[in-house]
Amino acid sequence: MSNKYALKPDELKKEFEQKKPRILKENLAGKDWWDLPVEFRDGNWCFPAKPEVLEDLHFANPRKWAATDKDWQLPDGWEKIIHDGMKDRLKRFRSFKVFMDSCVRCGACADKCHFFLGTGDPKNMPVLRAELVRSVYRNDFTTFAKILKNFSGSRTLTQDVIKEWHMYFYQCTECRRCSVFCPMGIDTAEITMMVRELLNLIGVNNNWILAPVANCNRTGNHLGIEPHTFEQNIMSLVDDIEDVTGIRVNPTFNRKGAEILFITPSGDVFADPGVYTMMGYLLLFHHIGLDYTISTYASEGGNFGMFTSNEMMKKINAKMYHEAKRLGVKWILGGECGHMWRVVQQYMGTMNGPADFLKEPVSPITGTKFTNAKSTKMVHIAEFTADLIKHGKLKLDPKRNDHLRTTFHDSCNVARGMGMFEEPRYVLNKVCNVFHEMPENTIREQTFCCGSGSGLNAEEFMDTRMRGGFPRASAVAHVREKHKVDSLVTICAIDRASLPALMRYWNPGVLVYGLHELVGNALIMQGEKKRTEDLRENPMAGFEEDDDDE
Amino acid sequence: MKKVLKPLIAVIVLALIPWLGVTYGKLDYVFAIIIPYAAGVILALGMLFRLVDWLRRPVPFNIPTTCGQEKSLDWVKTNTLECPSNPFMAALRVLSEVFLFRSLFRNTKAEMAGGPKLVYGSHKWLWLGGLAFHWSMLIIVIRHARFFLATLPVPIELLDTADRFLDVTVPAFYITDAVALAAITFLVLRRLSDAKMRILSLSTDYFPLFLFGAIAIVGISMRYVTKVNIMPVKALAMTLASFGFSEPEPIGALFYVHLFLVCVLLAYIPFSKLVHMGGIFLSPTRNLPNNSRAKWHKNPWNPDIKFRTYAEYEDEFREKMKKAGIPVEKQ
Repeated sequence: MSNKYALKPDELKKEFEQKKPRILKENLAGKDWWDLPVEFRDGNWCFPAKPEVLEDLHFANPRKWAATDKDWQLPDGWEKIIHDGMKDRLKRFRSFKVFMDSCVRCGACADKCHFFLGTGDPKNMPVLRAELVRSVYRNDFTTFAKILKNFSGSRTLTQDVIKEWHMYFYQCTECRRCSVFCPMGIDTAEITMMVRELLNLIGVNNNWILAPVANCNRTGNHLGIEPHTFEQNIMSLVDDIEDVTGIRVNPTFNRKGAEILFITPSGDVFADPGVYTMMGYLLLFHHIGLDYTISTYASEGGNFGMFTSNEMMKKINAKMYHEAKRLGVKWILGGECGHMWRVVQQYMGTMNGPADFLKEPVSPITGTKFTNAKSTKMVHIAEFTADLIKHGKLKLDPKRNDHLRTTFHDSCNVARGMGMFEEPRYVLNKVCNVFHEMPENTIREQTFCCGSGSGLNAEEFMDTRMRGGFPRASAVAHVREKHKVDSLVTICAIDRASLPALMRYWNPGVLVYGLHELVGNALIMQGEKKRTEDLRENPMAGFEEDDDDE
Repeated sequence: MKKVLKPLIAVIVLALIPWLGVTYGKLDYVFAIIIPYAAGVILALGMLFRLVDWLRRPVPFNIPTTCGQEKSLDWVKTNTLECPSNPFMAALRVLSEVFLFRSLFRNTKAEMAGGPKLVYGSHKWLWLGGLAFHWSMLIIVIRHARFFLATLPVPIELLDTADRFLDVTVPAFYITDAVALAAITFLVLRRLSDAKMRILSLSTDYFPLFLFGAIAIVGISMRYVTKVNIMPVKALAMTLASFGFSEPEPIGALFYVHLFLVCVLLAYIPFSKLVHMGGIFLSPTRNLPNNSRAKWHKNPWNPDIKFRTYAEYEDEFREKMKKAGIPVEKQ
């Protein structure tokens, strides 16, 4: 794969070979981190938000600019805006304050970040990423450290510091891997969220995040798809399902009185290979006769507000409960997504709940009460399906996935912001016969990010993405060599969008699947035609057309 | 190297102050009584301020870092410590961090291998060194109680005896003295020997290590080398413990170096990274149960946000929706 925004794989491999076994990109003897220059070049920065997007959102400082500009046209008094913004957030978030105060710089986090492992840039060590802000915090908010400025590593806020923040807080995917290893529990994702809020106050931003935010606000989904097109797209998937299985599934839209509202990331409706996961959901719901509906208004599970500010996260998330209430459903079922589930698990109830107008979720098929979701009233599809399989409610033929040799990629947010590890593995093992785990330091709570999460999946960010995704790709390469794995299964829409590019770059031939796509392949539907192809219309192994007519 | 030399010089200068003050200035009273009380007050008020300052800030969201399987379906095995579902288990999780450095135990070391390929090795040295340092310091502090108390409580007596069980020197050698010195040496060397650690370390990371090191070295030399007369030390400790102000008997400058450096350390704690001893209890990624889907978590400043309602949405797209056969509220 070649791209003007990324090195060729061989060039990057050479770079890695040259510095091995070191991770750090150069010898920094005698240097201090604050003296290292910040260099924006092709492939390591995302385009800033277009002025019309900012106007649409009523965000600060709409203008045309680029990270490579010398002057970023910051608004008058930007120093005070940042200072006051920091003060306000330190007051509202104990996390921010405690994380600023209690780091001992033990370095346990240093080589845990996928961006550090892939770039070797010292400022991508989580501890230094946080120090970028902590150095300003010490200067502005602690008297003692200010007096001993040089001794304590404090510094004054300048435009160069803002440039550095923009570089490195958009080179963090909020994956929380570092926080697993931190003895103080410091979470860089939290610090990144704070700094991104601050940067948005002065118009330092990323179009790949804010354009979807503006779209989602207006049309209900990140891609800006209007209701009729949203419906048409799903109906074309219904046609595709009929071609493969001979079964006509019958989803409904904005239907009042349905028992369950189903919400999934819009990537599952529009993007390859997410659409095959969507086909899997539709087949599953048809198979069990679920009384559900899909909303064109709350047509986005994802929430790029999370990568913008907590207020924007709340605003976008509010549609879920608003629509559930209007439609009069009993509870909400959520599709496969990473950050969507961090929002649902850790923020939704607090922000827009309590959802007293909904009922405590109960599976209409098995009668299982989802007591772990009794407050937010939203159930993860993997929990839902695992429960169905456990109760023997699905007719499955795992042989139908024999053409795939799978491994499972834990999505960061589902892993470290929710703690769901077993359900997807249980489902996967019931719908396919060949499954191999990647090495233990790269899965479950230690899973590596795809390198493109938190709104960094932009084409122009390719170099950093391919570097940041290297730890994940390296683990996939391991099981590929050892077990001939060729299928990477995920439960995240951003993974489904970003991992195919990563695999083409590092592990050509490995394809990316959603869990429920494999469920869809394996489901034996009542009245189906003879299945010879999977949902991608690729031939299944051992199910070739019989030569009956001979 | 300036980052390392500056704190080293600072500690040497700090050590000289009481030595000069007592030897030439006859300032025994200042170093024996006034400075220790001042340091104690700064520590107590400082830490109280820090704790109140942290606690009065709200925790708007329930954001534990989940490091194991959450509580979900009945038949799914959960990891109750790494993904606590109730406050009791969350408290245990925090205590496992405080006493056992559980998260640090996970530590790995990543290296680039040929291929290229990333390989990860177990790397428990930091965990071991950190644990050795903190525990030996704690035991040393506890056994200093022998100076401050007329009769030693049995548990402390036992701890003291256990610490001396090797019985190889006169007076009997304390194991923790050696462990503390070894651990401090390790913690300094690891910052100097690795390129990553060199660039991320600040002067304020070396300073406390040098300070601890100096305190330990002076303390050890008083016990095993110069053999300071214990009686006036004990008398002074008893005076301080009973909040007295009586003039100390002559002790010797070396003792005041030890005491003064301890005072500097105590006063330094609330204003430095050493506040992590309090912060570790308050980390929302560790001290909250992962139950936010089951139990509502309140944000005291939850803002009112105007979002785009369904009615506004339908107003914009009504005709298109009707044409596509999607139900609408208003015809």
